[in-house]
Amino acid sequence: MTWLDPDILAPLVLRILAHLAVLLLLPPLLIGLIAKVKAFFAGRNGPPLLQPYYDIVKLLRKGTIISRTTTWVFRLGPVLGLVTAVLAGLLVPLGGISAPIAFAGDLLLVAYLLALGRFATILSALDTGSAFEGMGASREATYACLAEPALFFGFVALAMLLPQDAELRLGDLLGMAPVGWAAAAGGMALITAAWLVVLLVENCRIPFDDPNTHLELTMIHEVMVLDHSGPLLGIILYGAAVKFTVIGMLLLGLLLPRTGHLALDLAWGVGSLLGLAVLVGVIESSMARLRLLRVPTLLVSAALLAGFGVILLAVR
Amino acid sequence: MDAATCIAIAIACAALSSVPGGLRRGAGAVGSAIGLGVAGGAAVVAGCWGLWAPATLGAPSAALLDGWHGSLAVDGVSAVFLVACGIVAAAAGLFGAGYWRDTDQPAAPWTRLFLGLLVAGMLAVFSAGDVLTFLIAWEVMALAGFALVATQHRRSEARAAAWLYLICTRVATLALIPAAVLFVHLTGSLAWSSLSGVSIGNPAAMAMLILFLIGFGIKAGIVPGHIWLPPAHAAAPSHVSALMSGVLIKTGIYGICRVSAGLDAPPVWWGGTLLTLGAVSSVLGVTWALGSHDLKRLLAYHSIENIGIILLGLGLALVGRSIGNEAMVILGCAGGLLHVLNHALFKSLLFLGAGAVDHACGTRQLDRLGGLARRMPVTAACFLVGAAAICALPPFNGFVSEFLVYQGLFAAVRGGWGWALGGLIALVLTGGLALACFAKAAGVVFLGEPRSPAAAGAHEAGLPERSAMILLAGCCLAIGLGLPLLQPMLTQAAAACAPGAAVALAPLPAAWWVSLAAAAIIAGGWALWRWQARRLVGSGSAGTWDCGYAAPTPRMQYTASSFAAPLTDQLHAVLLPERHHPDLRQYDGNADAVRLFPSQAAFANHPRDPMLERILHPIAQAGAWLCVLLRIAHPGQLHVYLLYLALALIALLLWSLA
Repeated sequence: MTWLDPDILAPLVLRILAHLAVLLLLPPLLIGLIAKVKAFFAGRNGPPLLQPYYDIVKLLRKGTIISRTTTWVFRLGPVLGLVTAVLAGLLVPLGGISAPIAFAGDLLLVAYLLALGRFATILSALDTGSAFEGMGASREATYACLAEPALFFGFVALAMLLPQDAELRLGDLLGMAPVGWAAAAGGMALITAAWLVVLLVENCRIPFDDPNTHLELTMIHEVMVLDHSGPLLGIILYGAAVKFTVIGMLLLGLLLPRTGHLALDLAWGVGSLLGLAVLVGVIESSMARLRLLRVPTLLVSAALLAGFGVILLAVR
Repeated sequence: MDAATCIAIAIACAALSSVPGGLRRGAGAVGSAIGLGVAGGAAVVAGCWGLWAPATLGAPSAALLDGWHGSLAVDGVSAVFLVACGIVAAAAGLFGAGYWRDTDQPAAPWTRLFLGLLVAGMLAVFSAGDVLTFLIAWEVMALAGFALVATQHRRSEARAAAWLYLICTRVATLALIPAAVLFVHLTGSLAWSSLSGVSIGNPAAMAMLILFLIGFGIKAGIVPGHIWLPPAHAAAPSHVSALMSGVLIKTGIYGICRVSAGLDAPPVWWGGTLLTLGAVSSVLGVTWALGSHDLKRLLAYHSIENIGIILLGLGLALVGRSIGNEAMVILGCAGGLLHVLNHALFKSLLFLGAGAVDHACGTRQLDRLGGLARRMPVTAACFLVGAAAICALPPFNGFVSEFLVYQGLFAAVRGGWGWALGGLIALVLTGGLALACFAKAAGVVFLGEPRSPAAAGAHEAGLPERSAMILLAGCCLAIGLGLPLLQPMLTQAAAACAPGAAVALAPLPAAWWVSLAAAAIIAGGWALWRWQARRLVGSGSAGTWDCGYAAPTPRMQYTASSFAAPLTDQLHAVLLPERHHPDLRQYDGNADAVRLFPSQAAFANHPRDPMLERILHPIAQAGAWLCVLLRIAHPGQLHVYLLYLALALIALLLWSLA
């Protein structure tokens, strides 16, 4: 058995461990970094970088109050939200650090795992019978519909670069990005921009949603989880951070170099994830939230941009 | 004994399932359930058997008509359809035993009679060995379907739905008969298997394909032939709707498969047309579903969507055969066929759930329901499984088939057949819209607080109903988990549908991984669920917080229309809803109309079927108007007709002289 050979096995195990560490440990730090950048722009000190970790640990240990209206569906939302985000993360590589699991068509599983998490979250919001949470659920469903095509246009563009006989694996697909940049940099830039929009809308960041507003009619994700408290809210916060990291890893897959050295790849990956968090913080500090009615226009434009990217790469 | 004998037994059992009810009072419900159960089991066995050992059964006597014996044949093409029909028939029979009782429904014996005939007709359609047997079985099925749609004929909407169904099924037959005549003309034989060797280039063959497409397309509910589907499914009793939506519309897909499988070299336009129709049907079907406020109509529109997804797969496979792309053939065919079975399972599950809700609350209007998950826990859990499955969410069966179709579309784009990009975008849009639509349906019906006293007083369905729903939900999960076990059957069936392509032994990519992912979701979800359940023991309960609002009422909840509004507003051009609202001038500064206190006001928003009301209805009216013009030539007086005869004879005389 060649793969039991320690010379082959050890780097493989190390890569998987590095990937798991980034996927499971880093996410709350990114959220903390975004908050820090926003505080800097607002001229405040802001909460400590590690605050999200403290919040999650504290919430997991607290008691909770559950609405009498709700059923088991209310608790399934947070549970599936976290489980699907982690499972999707196991399929997404971080630049040169390949994903622990890869198989033909895994990109579809990533998209539909995130959809399962969204479906459970929406139902858990509707389970409370609150008008606010219904409102958030409706908006979440709408924006997800409009964001999905942009993601898939990107997949198609990269799939066209793959050699004919290669299997359709996410790792190989993102590995074609350097070829894409060399062949049609304009197309790749359009797809990167569209995926940045997907990152912002899927994670409910400004300009689509404001994660900091509470008690307002304009928000989406925060309003869906108004009734969750204690451990359930802790699971939701952690799940949301993991989801941000997973989609961030997808986006960075278009940009990151593949060095072939684990330490270098890890440094690039973690560094660029932190850079992405700073970028999101800068976007959030320098833009206002869009009017709700304008959001679909922007999402459709993003999908069309990605479509132009496909055309540019197709005629390269 | 072989697969064909087995299917003959199944047909007989189904056709005779209503007999016990005629012999002994009170035995009808149980007898019908047992008869349909046995028929369903035999059909499943016959389907699986025929996959590896195709079998034919001729009528024992001499020729019934000149040169026609009547024959049954089971092979790989019919296998998937027989299995789907078997499982759904058994579940529908079981559900009907509790749901449609003699005590509540005076016409229940008739319903059982036609239900048995419908199942027998469908099984015979799927196993007919020749064109004439096929057409006879088709007619039995179509007419039994008409009687079943008209079950509640005292309601005007049921009568209207039944007439519309009858018109559509007549038009379908009107297309199929000349198609069958052309078939015999081209092949010189009645047997389905004789189509190979016919060249498709000539106009007669082309006309045959188009006529088959019209006939089968109307039955399958492909846009624009879908108009009969929503009213008929809404009007029929729910276990009948389950059978109609799960299996009856698949007879159209079966016909398309059967004809396509016979072609040696299908032309690219044939697969391309199916793919285009599939893309259009899937997007339009789900869009109309999003605008529907009636639970069963909503499900019916989703049938149109899923027929579209099946066609995407089958069309892709046919194009793959035309351009010689093996990956497209295996993935498209396996995905499309598996979706036939999957849609039969989850859609009948959803219709049975809708039936249980209708029975418990007396209404199917989404905005009058709510909070049923507390009152009907089993129905709610089963409906949620069906909803997740139809949205193609793992770990259920819908994901598995769409996974294959998606991969086929990617293979087509990579293989240089760029049209597949349209299909891919349609499938992506459909997925997102279906998720929104089922979040709406499941959320508004089962979650939150009841929106009407009827919903507040709902009760759980009886044991037979619950067993039928659990059976189907179990099948949905089993296929989601068991793709590797299904793989040999699926590739065998795909090979039968795409003869000539070396697909039989090609493994489906990543079958094990899909199962593993489904298992991981369940295991991970279970572990985290256990943790939070232990953590939350003894947690307090209170009213919904609702931002601190102290006096919430159920009427303040988001309704189905408000949930879908952000999307339906975007899709206004396709939905064309009809809105009724009071004259708003009374509220503005118009001195004549202004009143100090606004009177009672109401707002209603009715989705309509734009294809029927904006396009087909005006065309039909124009046709009727032309017929009125034709009446000028029909004064009803004898001498005028004699004059016509004389003129015709003179014209013929002149023509023969010249």
